[in-house]
Amino acid sequence: MGIFNIKSTKYRFTFVKDTIKNSSMYRIFIIFIFSLFVSTSSIAGSDGQNELSKNSNGEVKDCFETINRGVFAFNQVLDNVIVEPLAKGYRYLPSPLRTGTSNALNNLSLVVTIPNNLLQGEIGLAGKNTGRFIVNSTIGILGFFDPASKIGLNDYEKEDWGQTLGTWGVGEGCYIVLPILGPSTVRDTIGSLANYMGGDAWYNITVRNDTRYVSDFDYYASVGTNGIDFRAKNIESFDNLEKNSLDFYASVKSLYLQDRRKKIANSDDITETMNDSDWDEIETQ
Amino acid sequence: MKFKKIKKIFLIILALIILPNSKVFADSKLFISKLTSEASKVLASNESKEQKMEKLINLAEKNVDIDGIGRYTLGKYRKTLNEDQIKEYENLFRKYFLKSFSSRLSEYTDPKINVISEEVINSKYTIVFSVLEADEKRPEIKIDWRVYTVNPEKPLVRDLIIEGLSLARTQREEFNSIIQNGEGDIKVLFLNLRNFISG
Repeated sequence: MGIFNIKSTKYRFTFVKDTIKNSSMYRIFIIFIFSLFVSTSSIAGSDGQNELSKNSNGEVKDCFETINRGVFAFNQVLDNVIVEPLAKGYRYLPSPLRTGTSNALNNLSLVVTIPNNLLQGEIGLAGKNTGRFIVNSTIGILGFFDPASKIGLNDYEKEDWGQTLGTWGVGEGCYIVLPILGPSTVRDTIGSLANYMGGDAWYNITVRNDTRYVSDFDYYASVGTNGIDFRAKNIESFDNLEKNSLDFYASVKSLYLQDRRKKIANSDDITETMNDSDWDEIETQ
Repeated sequence: MKFKKIKKIFLIILALIILPNSKVFADSKLFISKLTSEASKVLASNESKEQKMEKLINLAEKNVDIDGIGRYTLGKYRKTLNEDQIKEYENLFRKYFLKSFSSRLSEYTDPKINVISEEVINSKYTIVFSVLEADEKRPEIKIDWRVYTVNPEKPLVRDLIIEGLSLARTQREEFNSIIQNGEGDIKVLFLNLRNFISG
């Protein structure tokens, strides 16, 4: 009877695990199928402006501009009242502590980057990042230190599901501004949904399957700290941009879209991400 | 003997092809090195903010193709302007650009920029790659310069690409958004530019 119980529990556990695994994969599959529809419909119904490939310089439509500007204003208030003061406070922490926090957060992001490296066909990079994750999670004490960079596993670039969709040729769709999270596109939003549906191992072990060692709090704390860390590194740049912009909303939109295109092209080579014909036009005036 | 002669001629031809290009290479890199070193000197000096801004404006007027950037920034609306509007725009854009440029730069007290390499895109453009060294507040930043090299004796900066993001392109999309939201009326942009200049 005892043995039967153990076997039954074991079976139940395996069954649940498989079900979660399968349903996660199923959901990710559904997201990708859905995103293909979004992409196809945006191309079919567009005037050619929405169709974006890897190195395209086409414009992304701001289909919900009025709502977007409203959400952007809300986010700015939130930033002024909460995020920026926290980021300024964060800067008072000793530099090694900030660097360590930043390292640990980068290390956590590898659990999303590695599967996306694979899906983008970057097998070598996936191997390099896996090595980086193993070294930094162990010798680097949960990623707080970065010994991997010292042994040649450096130049880490984050990858996400939205970038993978972009690499596969899925168009951006409309530009949208999300409350709290900020600028995005339909494609990138769908991509980030994959994180909550099994595509982020860190989310899976904290929120989806609460374990004894980590909880929901750890996940949300890491996401929050990531935002504060990013904001702290960019306080002057953001202030400068806001001060010198005639239309801050349009500037942020342009910078976000340029950044995403650059990341999807997986290139630092500026000649690949900028269209010289834009400049040639002014010669013919 | 004959083979040696042919080889010699071939090498001379090769040198003639490569040398003019390498001159463009060297000039653009040197041009940016000089420019960044002059700007750093101004920013690190003990002069007042106003004096610094005046010197930065002089530097920009000599080394940046403000009219070219202005034309690029107007984008598709450039062709809809009449002669008077073009003149008015050029005048407003120059004032706007110099104010914005000096204001952005004056935030840095002692920037250390290392010019690394360059890439000739075509006969008109060379991209010069540089890095702004990290400090306590911010990480290292990659800055690329789009240099207009049609006149090799007087190269001019046409764009700054910070971490892969083009400032000229950002400005163009910003201006286009303003005109578009003003139902295509260029006067709305002029009004915004005037407000910024007088602000």
